[in-house]
Amino acid sequence: MTTVTKMVGQSLKRREDPKLITGKGNFLDDIKLQGMSHAAILRSPYAHAKINSIDTSKAKALPGVIAIFTGDDMMDINPLPCAWQAGRVQNNANTPRALSAGKALYAGDGIAMVVAENRYIARDALDLIEVDYEPLPVVVDAKKATEAGAPQLHENAPNNICMTWDCGHKDATDAAFSSAEVTVKEQIINQRLIPTPMETRGALARYDEATGEFTVWMTSQAPHVMRLLLTAFVFGIPETKLRCISPNVGGGFGQKIFCYADMAFTMWAARKLGRPVKFVEDRSENYRSSTHGRDHITDVEIAGTKDGTITGLRIETWANLGAYLSTIAPGIPTTLYGRIATGVYKIPAAYCKVHGVYTNTAMVDAYRGAGRPEASYLIERMVDRFAAEIGMDPAEVRRKNFIQPSDFPYDNGMGLLPYDSGNYEPALDRALAMVGYADFRNEQAEARKQGKYLGLGISSYVEICGVAPSAWIGLPGEGWGAGLWESANIRVHLTGQVVVTTGSLPHGQGVETTFAQIVADELGVPYESVLIEHSDTAGTPFGYGTYGSRSLAVGGTALYKSVAKVKEKAKKIAAHMLEANPADIEYADGKAYVKGSPDQAKTLGEIALQASVAYSLPEGVEPFLDETTYYDPPNCTFPFGTHIAIVEVDGATGMVAIKRYVGVDDVGNPINPLIIDGQLHGGIAQGIAQALYEHGVYDENGQLVSGTLMDYAVPNAAMLPNYELDRTVTPSPVNPMGVKGAGEAGTIGSAQAIMNAVIDALAPFGVKHLQMPATAERVWRAMQSH
Amino acid sequence: MSTISVTVNGRTYQSDVEPRTLLVHYLREQLNLTGTHIGCDTSQCGACVVHINGQSVKSCTVLAVQADGAEITTIEGLAQNGQLHPLQEGFWEKHGLQCGYCTPGMIMSAYDLLQQNPNPTEDEIRHGLEGNLCRCTGYQNIVKAVQYAADKMNGSGNSPGE
Ligand code: FES
Ligand code: FES
Repeated sequence: MTTVTKMVGQSLKRREDPKLITGKGNFLDDIKLQGMSHAAILRSPYAHAKINSIDTSKAKALPGVIAIFTGDDMMDINPLPCAWQAGRVQNNANTPRALSAGKALYAGDGIAMVVAENRYIARDALDLIEVDYEPLPVVVDAKKATEAGAPQLHENAPNNICMTWDCGHKDATDAAFSSAEVTVKEQIINQRLIPTPMETRGALARYDEATGEFTVWMTSQAPHVMRLLLTAFVFGIPETKLRCISPNVGGGFGQKIFCYADMAFTMWAARKLGRPVKFVEDRSENYRSSTHGRDHITDVEIAGTKDGTITGLRIETWANLGAYLSTIAPGIPTTLYGRIATGVYKIPAAYCKVHGVYTNTAMVDAYRGAGRPEASYLIERMVDRFAAEIGMDPAEVRRKNFIQPSDFPYDNGMGLLPYDSGNYEPALDRALAMVGYADFRNEQAEARKQGKYLGLGISSYVEICGVAPSAWIGLPGEGWGAGLWESANIRVHLTGQVVVTTGSLPHGQGVETTFAQIVADELGVPYESVLIEHSDTAGTPFGYGTYGSRSLAVGGTALYKSVAKVKEKAKKIAAHMLEANPADIEYADGKAYVKGSPDQAKTLGEIALQASVAYSLPEGVEPFLDETTYYDPPNCTFPFGTHIAIVEVDGATGMVAIKRYVGVDDVGNPINPLIIDGQLHGGIAQGIAQALYEHGVYDENGQLVSGTLMDYAVPNAAMLPNYELDRTVTPSPVNPMGVKGAGEAGTIGSAQAIMNAVIDALAPFGVKHLQMPATAERVWRAMQSH
Repeated sequence: MSTISVTVNGRTYQSDVEPRTLLVHYLREQLNLTGTHIGCDTSQCGACVVHINGQSVKSCTVLAVQADGAEITTIEGLAQNGQLHPLQEGFWEKHGLQCGYCTPGMIMSAYDLLQQNPNPTEDEIRHGLEGNLCRCTGYQNIVKAVQYAADKMNGSGNSPGE
């Protein structure tokens, strides 16, 4: 018998890569259609203004301009929907239209559309449009927006409050604080970030007049969902009249989950003009007008005993949602934030209150980690503050308060489903060992004597992946407007080739490789004979897409279950072929045979042929091996780990240099370690970027000061360290493969490791907290003021 | 309109271009060489890097007319006779890409780097690629990919180090 090499667990290089390394990828802007026209958008330069009139006559006269439209022209389609109405925002949800009419609510709000023969002419025409704006007062700060006298954005949202939401136990928490031995209070800002996928966003729409059907190529992480939202909500047409295709997508990080104006206005104009219309943002447009992330102002308090037991956590957060609600914005600072606020600790009394606020800024929605980085940053900063207050080793405070392995499934009391599995101490211990914790304090003391400021920061995190089940997330309080299951179809063709279609939408995660590894093992077929198809609503089953680290835990499990169904059917057909009892058939290594006689086996290829030609099939068995699963998990998964950073702060300049970065992550059973590490690297890079470099800044007039890559500091290779990674493995009991998810863990674990290290380094200056990003200037000022 | 003559990946083209046409748009839209990408409007990201007369250049900062008479190599021209360049191999072997959007520019810049410094240290690689942004990989595997290529191009028998 041949031995079959297991694919799962191997660091296979990716099958996605050959075309991407040779310049043969197919990204949105690479697509050209016959008769294609180009759109450019006139955007409000004011953050808040009444639009008295728009004169497009001069622009229309420019040769090469095909048409110009304004918001008034597009009133026959509906505003974009808000699909995650967490915090019961139904009555004051305000969402953007394809183009704004009458008013602009942030600098970058689209108010007119030029369609022209090429993109240069379209841009020229923008300069010829004359708009009479009446500027209105502006507010950009979430807390100030709720104060009396602040400019009002929407009539149905007094004081700009979109929602007030809470979770946990208020009375018990207040009681814990009034009887606490120690309490520590801090205002912690989680600054606005701009996701910055290297490919910007856009859409290319084509309309077929004969059939009334649209095709839209889009830079989307969730084309099936876009199809649903654009047809049922925006255009009011049958879902079957729209086909959505995501070609290669150049990174998403959340920003490409949502339903955007450009999808709607390219469709609308393509129908109107009878020509395909392409719109691709430039980078400054992406910065001004696509979604941002984070932007929380939080008052937080932690209570505990002098010997290091945490007894209470109280949080009040002002979450800036921007000028309108983006597609899933309300769910981010609520379900994905407050409910995981207690982190990896047993905290007997916790309470979190969140105000979701409109301001004259770009919309804020999910950005890598989405709510969980904000939560883990908060608790991990406060645990360090608490440790410093009582003079205890921060590693020991963590160890003392960890949820213990025997506590799982663990209910944290915040209205979340129970944490599935975890074992936090080994990850902490391993990370401490890797970083040489035992010796570090001596080194630090030595260095300080020489005027060198070393700091070490620990972050022990837990996060929520593969958010589900639908029945929980769809509860009125959670407000998700649809399901969160995932789909997979698998077909074994006559030739024995296996075709998988999935509702997941990989855009850099290597899902084609990972999924093929799973199928190859489970079905016992060569890896090369498995094809993974995705990203086109024509030809793939409905799926919710790729975000929230859900592709493997949810989409991969759907696939796993479909494979099991194929094996069941194959066994029935094999029994018929072998004239045996189906109950006696075993399936292993791509063959079915009567138990004990593997030499008399039928290969999957032979069975697939039999199933396809269908000359002779058992009674009641349909032809073809073709199985679909719609998998709705019973729970989310909860990856965890400990990250530790060592930094050195330059006493003269305040520059922070990262000396070591260690991460020990537990993402459940690994399928492809190479890909997992890649996901962690990229995630950690984005967390470090938040801690040290990036800040989406508006001035008080609502102008985005960090409006280009010149001003918004996406780190380059020289600004980031080597990541020293290791793993512990605690399988998830939620799904049969025991997988958890790795797409966001790095981001969720990292920012606070860096900030705790920076603040530790600044301890000699009496610094207890510092807001992100810890730029040289900010650090230097902190050193001066103590 | 101006007429230019350029040799791209070994093939010579005569084209009419508007004087204001950026080289990157000319390559992508007139020659359909879409492997060269655009990631910004301020010359920061490096997604558009190509070689003009053997030197790496951000093609979003050059007008097509300025390239008149030049020899240009884009990512599509790097593999020879179906044989991947060691850098392309390195990126594949070391998982130096995720979404792949930055990759063509990254590879073209790394090529220039290795021309100038065939044996770069990790630090030299990181600094040498400062003009290229990647949002997916966190750069560590890009560094490894370049080390892999350097080792291979130098013919060293050493297996590319970690
Ligand atoms: S497109 Fe960003 S540098 Fe050229
Ligand atoms: S691989 Fe996605 S930007 Fe570099």
